[in-house]
Amino acid sequence: MDWTAIGLSVRLAALVSVLLLVIALPIAYWLTFKRRRWTFLAEAVVALPLVLPPTVLGFYVLLAIGSRSPIGRLWTAWTGHGLAFTFQALVIASLVYSLPFAVQPISAAFARIDSSLLEASAMLGASSWRTFVRITLPLAKEGILAAAVLSFAHTLGEFGVVLMVGGNLPGVTRTISIAIYDQVQAFEYQAANQTALLLLVFSFLVLAAVYALQRRPWSVSPL
Amino acid sequence: MSGATDVSETAEAGRTLTVTVRKRLSAAFTLDVSCSAPPGITIIFGESGSGKSTLLRTVAGLIEPDAGHIAIGERRLYNSAAAEHVPAGQRRIGYVFQHLALFPHMSVAANIEYGLAHLPADQRRARAQAVAESFRIAHVLSRLPAAISGGERQRVALARSLVTDPVVLLLDEPLTALDHATASRIIDDLRAWNAAHGIPILYVTHTHREAFALGDRLVFLDGGRVVATGTPHEILDSPASEPLARLAGFENLFDGVIVARRPDAGTMRCRLTGPGPGAGVEIEAPLAHGEPGDRVRLAIRAGDILVAVEQPRGLSARNILRGQLVSLTREGPTIHAVVDAGARFQVDLTPGARDDLRLGAGDHVWLIIKTHSFRIVSS
Repeated sequence: MDWTAIGLSVRLAALVSVLLLVIALPIAYWLTFKRRRWTFLAEAVVALPLVLPPTVLGFYVLLAIGSRSPIGRLWTAWTGHGLAFTFQALVIASLVYSLPFAVQPISAAFARIDSSLLEASAMLGASSWRTFVRITLPLAKEGILAAAVLSFAHTLGEFGVVLMVGGNLPGVTRTISIAIYDQVQAFEYQAANQTALLLLVFSFLVLAAVYALQRRPWSVSPL
Repeated sequence: MSGATDVSETAEAGRTLTVTVRKRLSAAFTLDVSCSAPPGITIIFGESGSGKSTLLRTVAGLIEPDAGHIAIGERRLYNSAAAEHVPAGQRRIGYVFQHLALFPHMSVAANIEYGLAHLPADQRRARAQAVAESFRIAHVLSRLPAAISGGERQRVALARSLVTDPVVLLLDEPLTALDHATASRIIDDLRAWNAAHGIPILYVTHTHREAFALGDRLVFLDGGRVVATGTPHEILDSPASEPLARLAGFENLFDGVIVARRPDAGTMRCRLTGPGPGAGVEIEAPLAHGEPGDRVRLAIRAGDILVAVEQPRGLSARNILRGQLVSLTREGPTIHAVVDAGARFQVDLTPGARDDLRLGAGDHVWLIIKTHSFRIVSS
């Protein structure tokens, strides 16, 4: 088994799910509690990665971070090398790719909170921040946990986006799914089978955990 | 609290809540009220959709009005002319929500202490303990809200609001889910608390029993406007409008025509219009404005009508109507009877009365109604 690829994927997924929580919490808060007339457009943008082919997404990320883009040039000026086909590029692409998997469970959990609890907190003199920390976050903790687990699992299994922006550099950008692809291409079915089975079992355990946390009637998507 | 025993008018004025606000909520509904609430319980009475909760939320600062002003004594909370709007959390107003809004993930003690974040921990604990004792919930302080009874939850919600020493308390139909005995014990404790603190309490309800039992004053809202203000007795016993009559427990409302006036006796004869053509019955009602031939609306409580199975004699009551029992239905401790006596009367009986008189649908009965049991409601 390609333990280097597995280690890399786990490292990528862990980093992405932590960063995504930081990014998704304010986005979900804004989408749920600060609704304006055009909020639905923002929701559509956040949900785009759910329906776009990973190659399309990867292509645009590649353009955005390429050596001719402002981001790419800034990165090169800063670090001395290009951003495309690096681990950092994978992180950026994965953040975009898994964003809806982090935002939607948190947003749904926020929306389920009885608004009179938030008003009661305000009436008792609490600031918006204190209300968020003492009431909103604790009551949404299942959704936040689901968001972390889902973005971890989703990042762990990604293929197309990784291939587009990361390529296939062992120890740098070769993730589990690319390792499986390589093994199949080289007719190493035994190794591919082991790695695939590992991913399958892991994904099942994650989904089982998320559904167990939600304790709600079954729906196709755990979001 | 040296001023608590001072009941002079200036002290009372300094604590009185005054509200004049306009808020357009939809094309069909605008809240447009002006009222005041001195220390003590003021009932905000009206049907659902009359603007009671909107008024409460406006006073609380959860809704910003379009125009007007809100003040407690001299202290301004809202003034559209000066663009003043004190945020909800800084108004020092206690709010007990209809479904209480206790924080489900916090213990009763943490719920009560929530509004005391500015105090050190030992003071928080001492004040929560004191208020918990006056509301008889000290024994459930360590439990979660889901693990205590409905009455206890209600007490926790009150304690949580009052521990912060608010200058006004707002209660949004807080006792509707409780049985009568539990509710009245809670009200007694609230009254005891307010005897020492003397703050205005706005109590929203749509049941006339609560309004009679609780209020020193009553403000009747209909369609977003204040329609009547006074003591509960003044307003509910001689309702000035039909929605008020319905809410005040006048189950019977009739169309009628004035037949003859007897100003010397203070009465008039009216003909009630029955359900079908040819129906109708003449009754004697208290004198009101109007000439013979004018249409009137008459109201009477189902509980103010007596039933007899034989024709009664030698009664002072001026209206003895013969009729037929249409139906009897039981609802809790009350039997609702419908009697066709030219017009359809709803009559409330006890189950015991029904059994003693052996009443059944189709029986012939006499209805006995005092002249002044009828109220003339301007339509």
